Amino acid sequence: MKKKIKVLMTKVGLDGHDRGAKVVASLLKAAGMEVVYLGMYQTPAGIVKAAIDEDVDVIGLSYLSGEHLVFTPKIVSEMKANGLDDVLLIAGGTFPVEDIPKMEAMGIDKIFRAGSLMPTIVSYIEENVKKH
Amino acid sequence: MVPKKKPDIQQMVQKLLTGDRRSAARLITLVENEVDEHHDIMRLVYPHTGHALIIGITGAGGAGKSSLTDHLIGKFREKDKKVGAVVVDPSSPFSGGAFLGDRIRLQNHSQDEGVYIRSLASRGNLGGLSRATYDVIRILEAMGMEVIFVETLGAGQDEIDIVQIASTCLLVLTPGMGDDIQAMKAGIMEIADIIVLNKADLDGATTCLRHLEAVLSVAQESQTSWKPRIVPTVSVASKAENLRGIDELVQTIGEHQNYLRSSREIDQAKFVRIEHELGLIFKDELQKIIFKGLRGTGKKKKYIRSIMDRKNDPYSVVDEVLNTYLFSGK
Repeated sequence: MKKKIKVLMTKVGLDGHDRGAKVVASLLKAAGMEVVYLGMYQTPAGIVKAAIDEDVDVIGLSYLSGEHLVFTPKIVSEMKANGLDDVLLIAGGTFPVEDIPKMEAMGIDKIFRAGSLMPTIVSYIEENVKKH
Repeated sequence: MVPKKKPDIQQMVQKLLTGDRRSAARLITLVENEVDEHHDIMRLVYPHTGHALIIGITGAGGAGKSSLTDHLIGKFREKDKKVGAVVVDPSSPFSGGAFLGDRIRLQNHSQDEGVYIRSLASRGNLGGLSRATYDVIRILEAMGMEVIFVETLGAGQDEIDIVQIASTCLLVLTPGMGDDIQAMKAGIMEIADIIVLNKADLDGATTCLRHLEAVLSVAQESQTSWKPRIVPTVSVASKAENLRGIDELVQTIGEHQNYLRSSREIDQAKFVRIEHELGLIFKDELQKIIFKGLRGTGKKKKYIRSIMDRKNDPYSVVDEVLNTYLFSGK
């Protein structure tokens, strides 16, 4: 058995700030994970199709332009429609504190705001992947 | 982590044969992870394989393999073929992790149900592909894919496993990567059925094309009578009308396939490939058996220590182990 944790790292909508997603993707690689980097300007349907084809354990979303409350429900409903209940959904970026409970209620498993430390993110993923 | 129950292989393969994406995705992961059921999965999948056109794409990192693949997928979709793509990127030798960045270039088909793209990390395999690539292709074939692209990781001079897998091999080069001396070297230059000179709008493209033509014209008559073709292309442009050579490339792939069908080489090639693959599987399995056997006795550690201390050498250890356990007749 050579199981690796596989992560899809992406951004949705027109948010053009990809530095954060790239930094986190590189650090997850350094933590021994296989990261499929899908980049910017994705649609909820495209993200979920990629997650299915790649059989990922985790979808990582990076939000930096205030669109998190708009796109999160669309991604979650697309995941549900495709039965991806065994995929961990995490989000990182800048959000108002008061939006965090809303995002959790929408179905994001864990939110990491800007300033989160990498070991926290890595150990969260390692302890919570659902497929193993 | 919650322990997961054993996967129902039979049922998954049944669903795979109806084209189910999630079953395909799951089976690929199981095969990649070399789970206990690996051989059982392939036993069930193998009878449903062997019909797809498999096109290999190799070349250095940044040459434009993925963006070319994206266009080629589009051309075969126009012909209503179902298309699979297996794209390989390197694993980190330190962490074992990987940054799989090919999919970002393969976006024209992100919502096309007739296209299945899978990224694989090389996981330490040296030939430009991951060890699981053979089996992943077969899973995609069994799923109903009619054309399968296999893209190697960024390859230099000697990552040539692709030739064992693809029936038509494209080598993607770009201007400015060296003179005719580089093109005359053995290895990857020799395996191309079609040389794609991508980024043919860059300075130096004409010189590079001349170098390649000159080298091919004096190349030794190879074992086959197919002469590698050179197709200049531009796979990335801000305007679609500035793309170049994609139709010619599709046509040249067709010509190579026609040539293979009309010659007797295809049977010979298949024979050699299967021989090669059997060799790989024997090697993997024998190593597993021997290490497992030694581990049980605690001898593996002793052997390694004795070699570290220069009291023994690797060849004597291998001879001793093989003579004791495999050829002893016990």
